[in-house]
Amino acid sequence: MRTIRAAATGAVVMSLALAATACGGGTSTDGEGSNDSPKTLTYWASNQGASIEVDKKVLQPELDKFEKQTGIKVKLEVVPWSDLLNRILTATTSGQGPDVLNIGNTWSASLQATGALLPWDEANLAKIGGRNRFVESALGSTGAQGKDPAAVPLYSMAYALYYNKQIFADAGIAQPPATWAELVADGKKIQAKGKQVLGAEGANVSENVHHVFVFAKQHGADFFTADGKPDFTSDGAVSAVKQYVDLMAKDKAIPQGNAEYAQNQSVSDFAKGKTAMLLWQTASANLKSQGMSEDKYGIAPVPVQSGTPGPGAQVNSMVAGINLAVFKNTDNLEGATEFVKFMTGDEEQKILNKAYSTIPPVASAQSDPGFNSPANAVLKDTLAKSAAALPQVADESQFETVIGTAVKELFADAAAGRAVTTESVKAKLAKAQQQMPTK
Amino acid sequence: MTTTAEVEKPRTDPGSERAPRPRPGRIRRIGLPYLLLLPALVLELLVHLVPMVIGIVMSFKELTQFYIRDWGTAPWSGLDNYKVSVDFDAPVGEALLHSFLVTVGFTLLSVGLCWLIGTAAAIFMQDTFRGRGLLRALFLVPYALPVYAAVITWVFMFQHDNGLVNHVLHDQLHLTDKPSFWLIGDNSFYALLTVSVWKGWPFAFLIVMAGLQNIPGELYEAAALDGAGRWQQIRRITLPSLGAVNQVLLLVLFLWTFNDFNTPFVLFGRAAPEAADLISVHIYQASFVTWNFGTGSAMSVLLLLFLLAVTGVYLAVTSRGRRASHAR
Repeated sequence: MRTIRAAATGAVVMSLALAATACGGGTSTDGEGSNDSPKTLTYWASNQGASIEVDKKVLQPELDKFEKQTGIKVKLEVVPWSDLLNRILTATTSGQGPDVLNIGNTWSASLQATGALLPWDEANLAKIGGRNRFVESALGSTGAQGKDPAAVPLYSMAYALYYNKQIFADAGIAQPPATWAELVADGKKIQAKGKQVLGAEGANVSENVHHVFVFAKQHGADFFTADGKPDFTSDGAVSAVKQYVDLMAKDKAIPQGNAEYAQNQSVSDFAKGKTAMLLWQTASANLKSQGMSEDKYGIAPVPVQSGTPGPGAQVNSMVAGINLAVFKNTDNLEGATEFVKFMTGDEEQKILNKAYSTIPPVASAQSDPGFNSPANAVLKDTLAKSAAALPQVADESQFETVIGTAVKELFADAAAGRAVTTESVKAKLAKAQQQMPTK
Repeated sequence: MTTTAEVEKPRTDPGSERAPRPRPGRIRRIGLPYLLLLPALVLELLVHLVPMVIGIVMSFKELTQFYIRDWGTAPWSGLDNYKVSVDFDAPVGEALLHSFLVTVGFTLLSVGLCWLIGTAAAIFMQDTFRGRGLLRALFLVPYALPVYAAVITWVFMFQHDNGLVNHVLHDQLHLTDKPSFWLIGDNSFYALLTVSVWKGWPFAFLIVMAGLQNIPGELYEAAALDGAGRWQQIRRITLPSLGAVNQVLLLVLFLWTFNDFNTPFVLFGRAAPEAADLISVHIYQASFVTWNFGTGSAMSVLLLLFLLAVTGVYLAVTSRGRRASHAR
């Protein structure tokens, strides 16, 4: 009898404990931030280095420095790119998130629409040194136009054309191609030497979007109308997507096998000397980790249709980069702001951007002679003159998915030897547009 | 079985009948099994039922990125999410229907092949021979491997340029004119089917093998004396005796395969090729990637209803069939 009673008591206690833990633990998600725990911060960093371990090695000394200055301990978690957006969405839904976090700058407007991020109004910006500290092009990718930025720029990047010097010399090419026509012509010479011409990540949704966005700019088209409605099937957009896919389908510059690449295989191919060219943002660290030293390759601006890179139809890169955001319901608002000020300060900007081979979006740090190498000169020039921000609309995330998938399917068609025509491109884009949210 | 016997025992005990016990003891005795079930019940509620109910509630809300932060404020959208999901003339519904049909075809093929290979292997392994234990262990390896590790290995093998599959089919056997794409385009369906069967059949093998242990050896001996050949023994003894096992096995395999998320997601990433657009990944994309959790939930509820219906009908039909054959 005693054992039965003990078992019964145990059962009841356990049930109560389960119920209690299930009900507790949740905090309000509509909190507006407080300073309840002024001594700690949680920071989600995106994976910028060759690996997560590398990132920890780069960031930890800086966080220790911050602790020494302010007495605030920062708990660091480096989140891989494949998880970052899902983690942020989960944190937004549950209210259980970090205090400070890195976001891909193209997500700014989408995440801004959730209302989970602290808006950087004039008062908040003043606390970190004011709006004028940042380069204008980088600020263009921090949220919807006319709204306070949802994040501040942390690292800036741009696309560039990486080319293998040895293959170019063997093929008798003196200058990297400045236009797409030149690239295709050079490709013939490279193929004659038995090498692949241009690497691409045909099954990587985000990469596809970045490229067709630039092609659209060069065709004078936008994927969204001025009032934010999707407009995927304009003549310019169709020609843009077709021109990119034709690099594989018609010009044979991109090898067919690249249609299924989605795990940076094109970078490996380039590092191994299989492909002559690669369109990439800040590939240096990645190439180095794969055994390709900096003297083996050159960096040039991404080609344009004709002439030289510039604004408007001469755009040759998206404004790529990482923004730093504060979660609105942080319990250490002052500490979080202090941390953003620290990370965007001149000293940290120089240290971190050098470590990641990115460009500082802070004007005073950018002028440091350390960022004047030929590679950085190309990237700085591109960012300053010929880079455009991806559409800053709330549906940006959906846009990336549907357009990136459409291009992936077109590449699959091209790889299977099916014809890629203006009609087939237009049909795919029309289908993509129908999948966009209507409200 | 044993527990019910123990619980019922005191009631039939003449001693306790003679002297009626005071009420509290009786209540305690009757209540105890329920009390002991309570932790399991609470866990079941927390882990299964509560999320399911929340999911159903979500499917009636317009839960887009504008509301996920505080989704109590998301407006009720009535049946809108369901209307969008089943409007087969519009792109969202059309894509869902396409994905559903692909999934049905894929599941039937995969379950059929898993069952066939598993049963055949189990029957062959019925007789003792040298190395049987080793072979059994080897057959179970795909089932024991972590899904991610196993499937990512298949991804490498299916690669176009330097994958093992193309190396064998194209470079060595010269079966194809040029290397095929397995991870994009129409072939992706066969790639998915291959991995799914490879991963699923050891389970069928394991269950059928266990079922075979329950068939008395005398049946086979008697049949052999009557002059039944091997094939006749399988058809007349083995398969009918496995009826109950197969009923559960096929159902479980069907549900697992239909719902499988890991295999297609690791194989193809977040944007699966149209030919292999399984419904679980499709729903994931409809909710997580396009940030419309309301529509995603509505699709999930529809999937749940479909699977419930299939399960119910299947159990009703097979149970009646078995009862009928027992009566005979």
